[in-house]
Amino acid sequence: MGKTIIEKIWDRHKVYQEEAKPDLLYIDLHLVHEVTSPQAFEGLRLAGRDVRRPDLTYATMDHNIPTKDRWSITDQIAKKQIDVLVDNCNEFGVELAGLDSPNNGIVHIIGPELGLTQPGKTIVCGDSHTSTHGAFGALAFGIGTSEVEHVLATQSLWQNRPKTMEVKIDGRLSSGVSAKDIILALIAKYGVNFGTGHVVEYRGEAIRGLTMEERMTICNMSIEGGARAGLISPDQVTFDYLEGRPNVPQGEAYQAQVEEWKQLATDEDAAFDSTLTLDASEVKPMVTWGTNPGQGVAIDGTVPAPEEGKTETEQRAIRQSLDYMGLTPGTKMEDIQIQHVFLGSCTNARLSDLREAARYLIGKKVAKGVRAMVVPGSMKVKRQAEEEGLSKVFIDAGFDWRDAGCSMCLGMNPDQVPEGERCASTSNRNFEGRQGKGARTHLMSPVMAAAAAVHGRFVDVRELDVTTQA
Amino acid sequence: MEAFREHRGSVASLPYVNVDTDQIIPKQFLKRVERTGFGQFLFYNWRFLDGDSKNPDFPLNQPHMEGASILISDHNFGCGSSREHAAWALQDYGFKVIIAPSFGDIFYNNSFKNGLLPLRMPEDIVHSWLEKGKESTFQLRVNLEEQTIEDEEGAHHSFDIDPYWKNMLIYGLDEIGITLQYEDYLKEYEAAK
Repeated sequence: MGKTIIEKIWDRHKVYQEEAKPDLLYIDLHLVHEVTSPQAFEGLRLAGRDVRRPDLTYATMDHNIPTKDRWSITDQIAKKQIDVLVDNCNEFGVELAGLDSPNNGIVHIIGPELGLTQPGKTIVCGDSHTSTHGAFGALAFGIGTSEVEHVLATQSLWQNRPKTMEVKIDGRLSSGVSAKDIILALIAKYGVNFGTGHVVEYRGEAIRGLTMEERMTICNMSIEGGARAGLISPDQVTFDYLEGRPNVPQGEAYQAQVEEWKQLATDEDAAFDSTLTLDASEVKPMVTWGTNPGQGVAIDGTVPAPEEGKTETEQRAIRQSLDYMGLTPGTKMEDIQIQHVFLGSCTNARLSDLREAARYLIGKKVAKGVRAMVVPGSMKVKRQAEEEGLSKVFIDAGFDWRDAGCSMCLGMNPDQVPEGERCASTSNRNFEGRQGKGARTHLMSPVMAAAAAVHGRFVDVRELDVTTQA
Repeated sequence: MEAFREHRGSVASLPYVNVDTDQIIPKQFLKRVERTGFGQFLFYNWRFLDGDSKNPDFPLNQPHMEGASILISDHNFGCGSSREHAAWALQDYGFKVIIAPSFGDIFYNNSFKNGLLPLRMPEDIVHSWLEKGKESTFQLRVNLEEQTIEDEEGAHHSFDIDPYWKNMLIYGLDEIGITLQYEDYLKEYEAAK
């Protein structure tokens, strides 16, 4: 019987194997950022250990940094964390895309940009959205700080072989419906823990039809369905994206590399431990109403009632979400008004996300009373968007145009949503307090967020015929 | 890591599903570069009202849950962000054991690495304990070597645990120190690549 890509990558990275033990798995790429690494470096220092492979380690700063006046960090605790990362990278010889680097940006945006992310690699980072890199056919997963320290010291991790899950997405996406809607619809359908203990492979004709940036949006939110990792078998779309990037072999070596990458795709007769399906043609633009990414409905839907929960616990959870979100059951999603729009995050701050939003915004203005901001995923995305004139479209529409960073996705920097106010956000989590204490987050696609900015409420972009606005 | 063989303690009941790590330790406390001192910020946005006064409605603020060292919660506890600060905060607050029907994968691993024991127990048992713990506390005795939890009535409930982690906890082993003994295998792997 054939193998899945998950098993192929796993088997190629086993350093040591023994009965009744996890496998010792080699790590090809370790990405590091300022929030989850200081205690790990300190652990190395206390034990007198080195970073085993600084050449396979790459650091950036993204969570804490201001997106306006990025050099003037007024929060002294945040500043210390950033200074400590600089010192640690210097001391241990780790390459760092610091504030002054043209490569600086959100860790999951710059890995692919720099060609560090490649098919077949094992990639870890102290960040749950590391699954983003799975879009390239890499086995990429988030780890805790103790594991960060373990990888720094040994370039490996003890890992139990995960269960495999196929998520088969066939059918064609309707106009106005995006990759973000696919993943939000999937999590709404199967819940926030459908993938626990599993690595998910996204398959099917709808997935094949997506660009690399769209595939990254889907893999990014695998963790919101509880999955350890999510990936997509590499194909020509993957290879075309990588060709010519730094850190990717060039010329003949590239061709040889592609031949090797082609062997990774899941074999036709491979079997998964379980399968879920989704019909892409039935997916509509999605908006979340609650406080976890599974609490979402189509834009033409309504806010649910607690009685719709199947168990008492579920009903209580819905009641708690509605209470926090300040929503009444039965309210049409299109009638919900917003005060903030955040276009950014490792989920949706790549060039194509900005293009989608800007295409809709040409000649339009942000509604009165709405504060809207765009935070590009990397300084490279920012430069490209400025060259293409996208920044001008955003600024003319009334958006704030910022430097790269994680920003309002989690509000560790000054970008936060005030208590009780509502934000249309292209990020990945609508947890209580995520964007600020008492902030009410609604997740959606970039074009849905742009439309919400203009109308001051959620609108169905399919009715706006955004595809002909350009 | 501190060794863990047995623990007897009183229970705190948090009957919520999908408790994410953003709730366990909110983002404003992740800027510290130390591993210690996070307990005061545990469940900060739930435990405290504005002005840092205690929220009287939050379960952990009920007088009978004071001093609890075993936390019981519902499905998918610790989902979301990979922040190990969540495990540090629970431990620093005084918890030694977390019991739930299911956990977020990363939190589950992070807990072991710190000697905080996460135990998956059947839903019906967890729900009965959550219900019982609402009004008054009770004691449980967790025996890791025997893989059992003994309740006040003397009933023994068995649990599953990965033998690898059981061994690490019982002997309080340093995982990195152990892995470094596999240096020859690592070198061999790197040479063949």
